[in-house]
Amino acid sequence: MDRKFTINVDGRDHTITADPAMPLLYALRNELGKKGPRFGCGLAQCGTCTVIQDGVAIRSCVMPVAAATGRIRTLDALGTPDNPHPVQKAFIAEEAGQCEYCMSGWIMTTVAMLEENPDRSDAEIREYLKGLKCRCATQMSILRGVKRAVEEMK
Amino acid sequence: MNIRSDDFRIARRDLLKGTAALVVTVNLPPFLAAGAEAAAAALRTLDPAELDTWLAISGDGRVTGFWGKMDMGQGVDTAIAQIIAEEMDVDVGKITVVFGDSGTCADQGGASGSTGVRRSGVAFQAAAAEARLVLLEKASRELGAPLERLTVTDGTVSVLDDSAKSISYAELVGEQTFNASIEWNGKYGNDLSLTGRATPKDPADYSVVGTSVPRKDIAGKILATTDFLHDLKLPGMLHGRMLRPKVAGARVRSVDKESISDIPDVQVVVENDFVGVVAPNEWNAVRAAKKLQVEWDETDAGFPTTSDDLFSWIRNAEPGHSDVEHDEGDVDAGLETAARTITAEFEWPFQSHARMAPAASVADVRDGEATVWTDSQKPWDSGKGAALLLQEPVEDRRPRRGPFKMRSIWMPGPGSYGRSDAGDGAMDAVVLSDAVGKPVRLQWMRHEGHAWDPKGPASVITCRAGMNDAGKVVAYHYHIKGFSRADQNSRENAPGEVLAGHLLGHESTPEWRMSRPAESYQFPNKRYSWDALAPLRRQASPLRTAHFRDPYGPEVHFAAESFIDEIALATETDPLEFRLKHVADERDAAVLRAAAELADWQPRIRPRRERHRNGNYVGTGIAYAQRNGSVNAVVAEVEVNSKTGRVWVRRMWVGSDHGLVVNPFTLERTIEGNLMQATSRTLFEEVKFDRKMVKTDDWNSYPILESVDAPLEINITHINRPELGPRGAGEPTTRVMPAAIANALFDATGVRLRRVPFTPERVKAALHDS
Repeated sequence: MDRKFTINVDGRDHTITADPAMPLLYALRNELGKKGPRFGCGLAQCGTCTVIQDGVAIRSCVMPVAAATGRIRTLDALGTPDNPHPVQKAFIAEEAGQCEYCMSGWIMTTVAMLEENPDRSDAEIREYLKGLKCRCATQMSILRGVKRAVEEMK
Repeated sequence: MNIRSDDFRIARRDLLKGTAALVVTVNLPPFLAAGAEAAAAALRTLDPAELDTWLAISGDGRVTGFWGKMDMGQGVDTAIAQIIAEEMDVDVGKITVVFGDSGTCADQGGASGSTGVRRSGVAFQAAAAEARLVLLEKASRELGAPLERLTVTDGTVSVLDDSAKSISYAELVGEQTFNASIEWNGKYGNDLSLTGRATPKDPADYSVVGTSVPRKDIAGKILATTDFLHDLKLPGMLHGRMLRPKVAGARVRSVDKESISDIPDVQVVVENDFVGVVAPNEWNAVRAAKKLQVEWDETDAGFPTTSDDLFSWIRNAEPGHSDVEHDEGDVDAGLETAARTITAEFEWPFQSHARMAPAASVADVRDGEATVWTDSQKPWDSGKGAALLLQEPVEDRRPRRGPFKMRSIWMPGPGSYGRSDAGDGAMDAVVLSDAVGKPVRLQWMRHEGHAWDPKGPASVITCRAGMNDAGKVVAYHYHIKGFSRADQNSRENAPGEVLAGHLLGHESTPEWRMSRPAESYQFPNKRYSWDALAPLRRQASPLRTAHFRDPYGPEVHFAAESFIDEIALATETDPLEFRLKHVADERDAAVLRAAAELADWQPRIRPRRERHRNGNYVGTGIAYAQRNGSVNAVVAEVEVNSKTGRVWVRRMWVGSDHGLVVNPFTLERTIEGNLMQATSRTLFEEVKFDRKMVKTDDWNSYPILESVDAPLEINITHINRPELGPRGAGEPTTRVMPAAIANALFDATGVRLRRVPFTPERVKAALHDS
């Protein structure tokens, strides 16, 4: 049975009518028109759908829309072309990634990690980003992007 | 992205011109090129012998290249822009490269075989040089000055010593056509080539080619402003999902449409064994696909073996086709009379393309006209295959629809590394849209992306070498027995080449295609031979093989280059020294020396079994290979945890020769991706299956390399060879990595692993047995 939900995404309240079990990802993409979080697995195994919920990077493909409380942030509103987020700026400078399909995972997880504690060692970064997938296997440029962001946000 | 239905109507004016070349006038959809480019494009033809097919100049002097290949994030379109800028003398920032649309770009073969720069770049070099000449000739008339007194600076032609006299490209042909022809070899696809009257620049004069121009696409993708295929929304569009049987090759017996009556607005599409659902709401389509009850007939389904028994099955199987590709001297006599022979067998499993997202596509099939939006590497072929599928009847099951005008348009999607599931998804979307008469956005679920995508082939490779008393190699035999790498063509250009086609009843048409090592070792008697096996299932098989990045490259060179180390060991020679002693090609020796120098290679004639201060074994290994005119060597340093069996490739040093380097920055990233993806395939990846179905159907059952597995550093020495022209970099460094890891593992532990992947369990067991 469809129900009405109000979700707070990128600083705005949105009211949607949906099956309570529908994952947040479908609401973000189809109801709200977000492009950053994408479908990769629907199983919380790859991170392509990552958004930040109250400061924590979560997998929107397995979070029922009924549980999507608090403040949700997506890659779409992280920065703008004129004013990119420092992590985005660093990733662009390093040309991190290849196809870029999985970027919500890497960027939003990095943002959550650095907001939690901006001073991160190489080993901590690798460990924190564990679980995220990149089939183009561009972890080297992604890690350079993250380290550049760490330096620039100091 | 939202587009109105009238935005993408294609105005076609088919004319026969000259001999028999089809000239098509098209309007660009606004999302592909805005404003000036669209206006210029509307005047263009798609006749490859016309310069206007390749290049257009807008009123403000910007240049658009219409490219018949693809970039999927390796920056190849940037390289094409650099080539155009270089030859036309226009600032690279003013170049836009449009690609992947069969309605606006002539078919240069799509992304295929690392030919993006090697083939199509050379064609653009000719076209751009010709365009510059045509412009100079026009300018010469306008300015009343001879050609040799003209010079070009950023798209403005001026007279030497009389700079007051000048005219811009925009003034010469802006918004107009060149109306000039260029010699075309009459071929489409990878083989399309162009020859102009103009001589392209001498590489010594390059100022844009060879520099690190940034990728143009990256900011939009990182800022989430770029539309991916998945963001496309058409008016009235429905969402589609497919249903797959639990047993490979099961046939549909019955479908209980009532089983999903509680989910609103769902339509069920059943045609032969093709079963899908469509709904206006995506989540409803997902739920319906999960819930719909289908009764499957499993009488003639499944596989004759399992992944557990695969290699013994391969050894015992009757070959479908055998061949000797190379036979020099008398190998049999050489082996027979050798003082000593060594033999080793190498095993490589089926592997999955496993893209970041499973297949997706949007199709809009109307009466006699259809458009498919796809992230396939070969959109021209997706379109051709779809047109055939719509036109051709299958017995009585699908009525003949008559000729179809197809347009296929590429949009960005998850990375693709060969004939991935993208081509299958496009056809699913076409069938669904045709069935319901509305545009359909189709997306597979994760289990389909892993279990039902085309696979890299499994093989057993046997290498033998004979040595004389002096330790000199007197005979060498490489033999591969395995599945063809092309159960499916690398192009989805016919119904029998896609899963949907099989399900509708079109016959699969597998080809016998194997592979051999690409090196220059000089052994007096040398043979490469192969046995190809028929597919484990011919129709609708989740184990159907197709090209997967560097088709058979990593498999073949894992065996061949591991075995070179085994010969070196047997002859008590350092592996680097052995290679340098036997390679005939100076370019091969150069990359080997470059990699070894970067790595500070330490000669050894037996495994060194060194220990890191953390107690783990560390070692280095080398491997090298050629590929279509490129050649690379890599030294890998591995750390092996003897307690857990985990192998970590800590460092990689590369000697790289890809001919002319067009863009060092993007080349370096492309090489990194090759090395790392190959590392993933070597250490982690194996498709497992039982007699019923592929069992590795998600990232947990089919793990790949992650951030914790990334090396500390990758160092590359580029040997730039401008005189050779660009040689292609999309794949060649994939094939060198597996053996480099195996050889490093041997140096570290004294254990030779001959079966991929080197999972912790396998490494631990091998260390325990040693």
